[in-house]
Amino acid sequence: MAARGRRTETREPAKSVEKLLATKEIVICCGSGGVGKTTTAAAMAAMAATYHGGKVLVLTVDPAKRLANALGLEQFGNVETRVPAEAFAAIGVEPRGELWAAMLDTKQSWDDLVERHAPDAATRKAILDNPLYQNVTGKFVQSHDYIAMERLYEIHSSGRYDLIVVDTPPTRNAIDFLEAPERMADFFSSRLLRWLIAPYQSRLFNVASKPFYNVADRILGSQFLQDIAEFFILFQTMYDGFVERAKAVTRTLSDRCTTFVVVSTLESAPVQEAEFFVGALSDRDLHLGALVLNKVLPTYLRSTAATKVARSFTADADPLADQVLAGLGDIGAHDDVARVLREVGESFLNYQVVAKREAELRDELSTVPDVVATVPYFDSDIFDLAGLLALGAAIWR
Amino acid sequence: MPPDLLDRRLLFVTGKGGVGKTTVAAGLASLAAARGKRTLVCEVDAKGNLADFFETGPIGFDPRQIEPRLWAMAMQTEESLKEYLKLQLKVPLLAKIGPLARTFDFVANAAPGVKEILTVGKLCYEVREQNYDLVVVDAAASGHVIGQLAAPQAINELVQVGLVRSQTGWMLDLLSDPVITGAVIVSAPEEMPVNETIELAARMRSETQVDLAAVVVNRVLPELFNRAEEEIFDRLHTADGVAFLTGAVGGNATPVLDAARLAVTLRRTRAGHLTRLRTELPDNLAMLYLPYLFTRSHGVRVTTQIAEALGEELGF
Repeated sequence: MAARGRRTETREPAKSVEKLLATKEIVICCGSGGVGKTTTAAAMAAMAATYHGGKVLVLTVDPAKRLANALGLEQFGNVETRVPAEAFAAIGVEPRGELWAAMLDTKQSWDDLVERHAPDAATRKAILDNPLYQNVTGKFVQSHDYIAMERLYEIHSSGRYDLIVVDTPPTRNAIDFLEAPERMADFFSSRLLRWLIAPYQSRLFNVASKPFYNVADRILGSQFLQDIAEFFILFQTMYDGFVERAKAVTRTLSDRCTTFVVVSTLESAPVQEAEFFVGALSDRDLHLGALVLNKVLPTYLRSTAATKVARSFTADADPLADQVLAGLGDIGAHDDVARVLREVGESFLNYQVVAKREAELRDELSTVPDVVATVPYFDSDIFDLAGLLALGAAIWR
Repeated sequence: MPPDLLDRRLLFVTGKGGVGKTTVAAGLASLAAARGKRTLVCEVDAKGNLADFFETGPIGFDPRQIEPRLWAMAMQTEESLKEYLKLQLKVPLLAKIGPLARTFDFVANAAPGVKEILTVGKLCYEVREQNYDLVVVDAAASGHVIGQLAAPQAINELVQVGLVRSQTGWMLDLLSDPVITGAVIVSAPEEMPVNETIELAARMRSETQVDLAAVVVNRVLPELFNRAEEEIFDRLHTADGVAFLTGAVGGNATPVLDAARLAVTLRRTRAGHLTRLRTELPDNLAMLYLPYLFTRSHGVRVTTQIAEALGEELGF
């Protein structure tokens, strides 16, 4: 039997999520909201920690307490927390490695960033105390997206983890966070920014920009503009650090140690988003590792033979009820039995419509990566590590 | 006592992404138009799929009539700014505001609330001018809608003088009047949408002046069996029950009974979330339930079905 060591296969395209996770250092999960992105990220990280070993971190933006609980944690925050060994022991699993979790706290991460890049304590304090700081970091240039990528870069370059699985923020436009580092760099080097703050820096209006300020002042009020300008003047002191950093973040995204996993359900809007994302990744030469299709209805719903059975349940419910009562004994009133049979048949046909719709959407996917994982509808919500691993097992192969 | 949902003048429809926010916004607008109201439906997220729900061509900033008494538009903040400048500043030529247009992206991204105020401002303007009986907004999803609805207030606090400041006053009057303005949160009986709905309802009360008019629970699965029927089903869904049925109909009955089991389980899981939603929201809050649609169709036929279901829930 040929050896099937993971490391020997790194040059081949990975044929399963399992192999993909074994060969990459960063896995970024993306897709529209509500498709199970966070849970998928956590499940993949849990599987990697359990079966591949090493230190695995799941970095999430989802503050759901349920995920913390599922990981055996009371809660987790911006600081990376190790999932306790007892959580694994409780379900009889002995992981080969360590599972860690952290949640992205946008405000805290921005503070850390200012901390790192501010030239001196006075500027740092001035920025953190600026009334616009919180408002602006919360709003401008998709700061959530930027900070998620920045944090990822910071953790990855620290070398503390063998694998980092990231769940991306629910952006309005799936592509925003890919461009966030670049846009952040552009923003800080933009002439418009300098132009806007120039008069406040030099207190000298140049002739060209004066009409603009007149209009802007009339709309926004000069005090407001000045507040903004002062804030950005402070921020400019961090310019070099920021731009350098944003470029490094962009490089990490396109490095071969990084892969993207697109998560979707087979509903039209998420599929559209997924397709758009797949295209965007390829436009940017980024590595699309796998497509994970969540909450997919079972294939038996599309079986022709089963359809015939369901139809006879609805069409012949009454005679069938007679047969049931004769064959299985007195299991209920005739009318109730007939109603149950009819309902069972109708329900099958109803769900079949949805299953077919899903299959059509699946077939319409134009570009699919080498690895497509189809994950069934789980009966109940995932509330513990066992649930995460069960989901992970479905994604794995 | 706030008026009936459709008797308000401005409705913001929001909710977690993926729960059917746009479907419900389209359904409400369609229902209002069918009931004789001149209605404008406006999408503010640049996703551009409102058009799909009416199977009409692309929708732009200028409202376009798509059905009798129903107009649709897509918010474009830059256009809104131009319109505003033309109307309010009496700036005659766009050339004069050229630098402003170029700077627009920067200002809109950097200055808190500018994009939001241009969106809300345009909508309030349509209401104030009485161009329509009802304006239905396919608003931002839960994460962003608070920023949108609270923008006039925030601007009011941040900007001390200037035209913007003087413009936010009347907007606040419109937005804070429950007779005129209401928010509708669309939810679904699943864990995360329910969590977000509860949280959003609380934030809406504490951070905005907009009255929460209703919660619409979309995609409610049907209840298959009552208790007696479920006992019968449990008996049938046993090894010998399935074997008997397989013999009786001459085909494998396993998938058909398994499918019913799946339906029962899904419904049960969701019922728990539904109960939680009902318990955690204020008792007097109107809740409308829309069934899960087991249809192949999409587009305008779904919009019509949703409009009908909404009509039934509203007692029409």
